[in-house]
Amino acid sequence: MSTEDTEKKHIFDNPKNVQRVLYGLFGCLVLLLALEPFVHKHSYFPWEESFGFYAIYGFVACVLLVLAAKYILRPLVKREEDYYD
Amino acid sequence: MIEFIPPAFIYIVGALLVPLLRGRVKSAYMLILPVISFFFLINTQVGTAWEINFLGFDLVPFKVDRLSLIFAYIFHLISLIGIIYTLSIKSDLEYMAGLVYAGSALGVVFAGDLFTFFVFWEMLTVSALWLIWARRTKASQAAGFRYLMVHVFGGLVLLAGIIMYISEQKSISLGFIGLHSPATYFIFIGMGINAAWPLLHTWLPDAYPESTVGGAVFLSAFTTKTAVYALARTFPGTEELIWIGAVMTAFPIFFAVIENNMRRVLSYSLINQVGFMMVGIGIGTQLSINGTAAHAFAHILYKSLLFMSMGAVMFRTGKIKATDLGGLYKSMPWTALFCIIGAASISAFPLTSGFISKSMVIDAAAHGHMSIIWLALVFASAGVFHHSGIKIPFFAFFGHDAGHRVKEAPPSMLIAMGIAAFFCIFLGVYPKFLYSILPYPVDFVPYTASHVLFQLQLLMFSALAFTLLLLSGIYPAEIRAINLDTDLIYRKGGRLFYQVMDKGLNAINRTVERVFIGEFIVGLTAFVKQLPAKLLAKICWPFWKTAFEAPDKKTIHENLLKRARSGFYPISIIGLFTAIYFALLFLL
Repeated sequence: MSTEDTEKKHIFDNPKNVQRVLYGLFGCLVLLLALEPFVHKHSYFPWEESFGFYAIYGFVACVLLVLAAKYILRPLVKREEDYYD
Repeated sequence: MIEFIPPAFIYIVGALLVPLLRGRVKSAYMLILPVISFFFLINTQVGTAWEINFLGFDLVPFKVDRLSLIFAYIFHLISLIGIIYTLSIKSDLEYMAGLVYAGSALGVVFAGDLFTFFVFWEMLTVSALWLIWARRTKASQAAGFRYLMVHVFGGLVLLAGIIMYISEQKSISLGFIGLHSPATYFIFIGMGINAAWPLLHTWLPDAYPESTVGGAVFLSAFTTKTAVYALARTFPGTEELIWIGAVMTAFPIFFAVIENNMRRVLSYSLINQVGFMMVGIGIGTQLSINGTAAHAFAHILYKSLLFMSMGAVMFRTGKIKATDLGGLYKSMPWTALFCIIGAASISAFPLTSGFISKSMVIDAAAHGHMSIIWLALVFASAGVFHHSGIKIPFFAFFGHDAGHRVKEAPPSMLIAMGIAAFFCIFLGVYPKFLYSILPYPVDFVPYTASHVLFQLQLLMFSALAFTLLLLSGIYPAEIRAINLDTDLIYRKGGRLFYQVMDKGLNAINRTVERVFIGEFIVGLTAFVKQLPAKLLAKICWPFWKTAFEAPDKKTIHENLLKRARSGFYPISIIGLFTAIYFALLFLL
């Protein structure tokens, strides 16, 4: 089993395929923003009216989430794995 | 002719026969239990209620309405999936615990009175405990005890509330309660502990990752969702729940981002998802209660699917930490695929179950013009994609190849995951199926152009954030470490309390002991002992001094003390006392 596996090339062993996934993602992002003017919005809140609100909110939220978790929460709560033993 | 048997009865009594059977018969028997129970259930009418008079109380052990039915349907489905999943794990203890656990949850869902409700509620805790202990490690044993302590405490709080409430209302029927008196607050908090509210949540990420491979699948489905049902039944429209829920959706994702143990990541995202349900209950409109029920239904499927995929990884590799995993798509492609479907559902991608259920709750918040709550929920939606939707599949199946070359998960596990994955997509593609069994009539269209586009924008730009952070090296590296949680408050708080009590109360105790026992009593005894001798010496010394050539004062004093101890005094002294005595008699 293992010898067969090491010989076999898997899809993401080829860096080109990883590149393709990334380009696919970037293509989707552009497409999603390009479609926005053609969609009829029925908003509940004023900020939903502005262009790309969800895109910006999603991006900023995740960056802040990761930064807060890494630089604020982790230093506070990180302990050695045998902390409780 | 038996017309109907309650599901709880079938499950719990059925569980008792499991150890008596062997091999394929046992497997077939366990699979048929949920099917029989479901068959009875679909033939019951909404509004059925059994009443029994017991010690002057009207017990209603079985009562059906649409809210209980939708929870019962999903509990049947997930118990069947769970049983299929665990068929390759030959453990009677887990089978029995799992069946009793599912049966107890069904008992809670159909309970029409507080007494029945409480009995099944406690059985949930007791049976769940064995799914944790069945792992038979030191860590699981300890986690099980902590689980037990928290839930026994929660059960007692609930019981206190129920007893106070019954004496207030003079009725044990279970229905809308609402927050208005101390009794209702006790019930509210008792249920909240099972729902893993913020600060009361630490039992969940503590115990679930320590449970068995199959146990986590059952655990992820029943305890919290039974609490969701109970709160939806008794506290709909309670505003506090909106805020509790909003906090629940937001805070666990920060912990999930830095967590190394994959099943603990899933535990945190479980709390996050239950938060959406809490918000739905708190808003209390028909749309939001429908949203809560739909989200519970969808959530049980994709969350258990994620726990099943991580369980399969653990079953094959023996590892569950992100630092030990990676590249598994090469040897477990089907598990990877099912995991991705579960991850897409929890992230609420269009055409998956999460999209058609979560959006009901978020829309209900928007209808109520709750801007802060709405922003928190959308933030949590982006965040859950980030830590559950991407992190789980990426670190387990892709990312850095940890070099595990294992077999694909056993067929029973793949079938169970396949069924759950099928429902995740089926509900997303054909939402009418789920909407038709919701408690209230549904007037909600999930698939509008703007809704789909905005959800995709939100998710894809979250994915962009993940990609950029990962490529730039800012994304927090998975490290071998554990993270503290708010159990710190009562863990350290408990120790602080102990020390304050130790230093405070024991200090008083010690001081009193020293002063009273050590000094006062000793002093008093010495004083009483020496009193006669000293008194005599005082009285007699002038006479002795003049009477004859006496030895010095000290010798006489010691002499007297010795006599005082033994009780013998010189005759002259006794004579003196006798004379004084008679003199007093004569004078008085």
